[in-house]
Amino acid sequence: MPITEDGDVVRVRQLARNYAQQVALSLVDQTKLVTATSELARNTLIYGGGGVAHIEIVADGRRRGVRASFRDEGPGIPDVSLALADGWSSGKGLGLGLSGARRLVDEFDLDTEVGRGTSVTVVKWKR
Amino acid sequence: MERVPILKIGGVLLVSIQIDLQDQSVLALQEDLAEKISTTGAHGVVIDISAVEIVDSFIGRMFATIASISQLFDADTVVVGMRPAVAITLVELGLTLGGVRTALDLERGMKILRVLGEQRRGPSSDEDADPLRALL
Amino acid sequence: MVAEAGHAHRLTELLRENVDRLIEEWVTSAAVVLRGRSVRAELESEFREFLATLLPVADGDGRNLSGAEYAEIKALLEEFSRSRARQGFTPSETASSVFALKRIVFELTEQEEDPELFRELMRFSTLLDALGLWTFETYARAREEIIQEQSEQLLELTTPVVKLWEGVLAVPLVGTLDSARTQVVMEKLLEALVETGSEHAIIDITGVLAVDTQVAQHLLKTVVAARLMGAECTISGIRPQIAQTIVALGIEFGDITTKSSLADALRHALRREGIDVVRRAERRTV
Repeated sequence: MPITEDGDVVRVRQLARNYAQQVALSLVDQTKLVTATSELARNTLIYGGGGVAHIEIVADGRRRGVRASFRDEGPGIPDVSLALADGWSSGKGLGLGLSGARRLVDEFDLDTEVGRGTSVTVVKWKR
Repeated sequence: MERVPILKIGGVLLVSIQIDLQDQSVLALQEDLAEKISTTGAHGVVIDISAVEIVDSFIGRMFATIASISQLFDADTVVVGMRPAVAITLVELGLTLGGVRTALDLERGMKILRVLGEQRRGPSSDEDADPLRALL
Repeated sequence: MVAEAGHAHRLTELLRENVDRLIEEWVTSAAVVLRGRSVRAELESEFREFLATLLPVADGDGRNLSGAEYAEIKALLEEFSRSRARQGFTPSETASSVFALKRIVFELTEQEEDPELFRELMRFSTLLDALGLWTFETYARAREEIIQEQSEQLLELTTPVVKLWEGVLAVPLVGTLDSARTQVVMEKLLEALVETGSEHAIIDITGVLAVDTQVAQHLLKTVVAARLMGAECTISGIRPQIAQTIVALGIEFGDITTKSSLADALRHALRREGIDVVRRAERRTV
């Protein structure tokens, strides 16, 4: 689904919540996943100038989980390690977006190129 | 965009968040509250988030902002009813809300505001309550 | 490799004609293995369903179960092994029910001398082998699920949240704390604070033998999360060794209240609630 305006962030959250309930994540894990998607969707909108989100259920052997990926064709992130450090922020926020989201999920994958865009993929597995 | 209603109960403004907040609603709420505090001269603000299922860094920052704004108008802010899952997530996210006061529920939040209000204006009629103790 | 079109599949025909006899013998032979732990009527209805699902695909080649036509029979067997695993049957006992059918079918066709039937029989036998192995596999998976469930239940049982006083909850932790268990405690305690409207929580770790960095972090996070909810959380009963570990690991307990014993922590919580515990004036005894 596209992320082009404020309301889309809320819709991405609701979609993530829906999938998290389908794989029966615990309430705390649901909340963590939804919060992480909210941070990432906002990043896509504000820093990436909009993009797309893709949320799906994944399975790995017996485990089930939810994967959320966000892709934009914005300016990209020049210094990834800096962007992932706590307290760093280029826009309005507490600078917890990326680093915070990473702590809330089980898998975190960041792919970015200056001038090309950024894509972030996260997975939360059922415990 | 949905707007969050602000109710006035005595000298306290009550904000009960019942919707899935989008960023615009957050910003609008901050503006509305600043406006309302200055026009009503309220001494306290209670933000009830017992219906809120997620608080991300943007919403978390709103609590701190509202607390700072109300402080400028000599009013206190209490956030009440945070769900356990939300609290755990906020801690994991690295957000501790700094100086924002919190309470388990609306009733306790109102009590804290009453005690704080008395402290500022000097104790009123019921002097048996030790404000410091009740606050801690 | 299906028998030539138009040519009726002899083995399937034969099985179809003798369904009742097959079921009868199959149940008898399976019941011997299960040594009376299964009700005959139940076995009979299970086997009847199994056979009814198997016959339409019995003329297949059977070496590869991944085809869509086998989905139904696989699901049926999965359900069968799952219920067997829950009832405490061994994997051999479970799979032998499937293998038992083989011998009975062999006995049924003993008198026949048609080479075509013999080839069909070989294929059918391969199919049953594959299905038997599938039973093993699903049985193992079901066992794993049961073990997982049980360890979760154990986790719940070993971490009780108790009420010490109106508004004061405590979790006495005993044994070894791992990250998963600490997280469960954390969630349970915070839920209980909301449910009971308590503003004080005490985590007592007198019975805890060791604490690693991760566990200590979880404890700290619990305290901070409780604070966000408007409650206060005290940690009591830190043993000297654990205190040393905490210092050695460089974990910052910051402004978190710690008390040496549960009693101290309770007194502290009561004070915060505005309750003082005083000894009654001594009464003169006669």
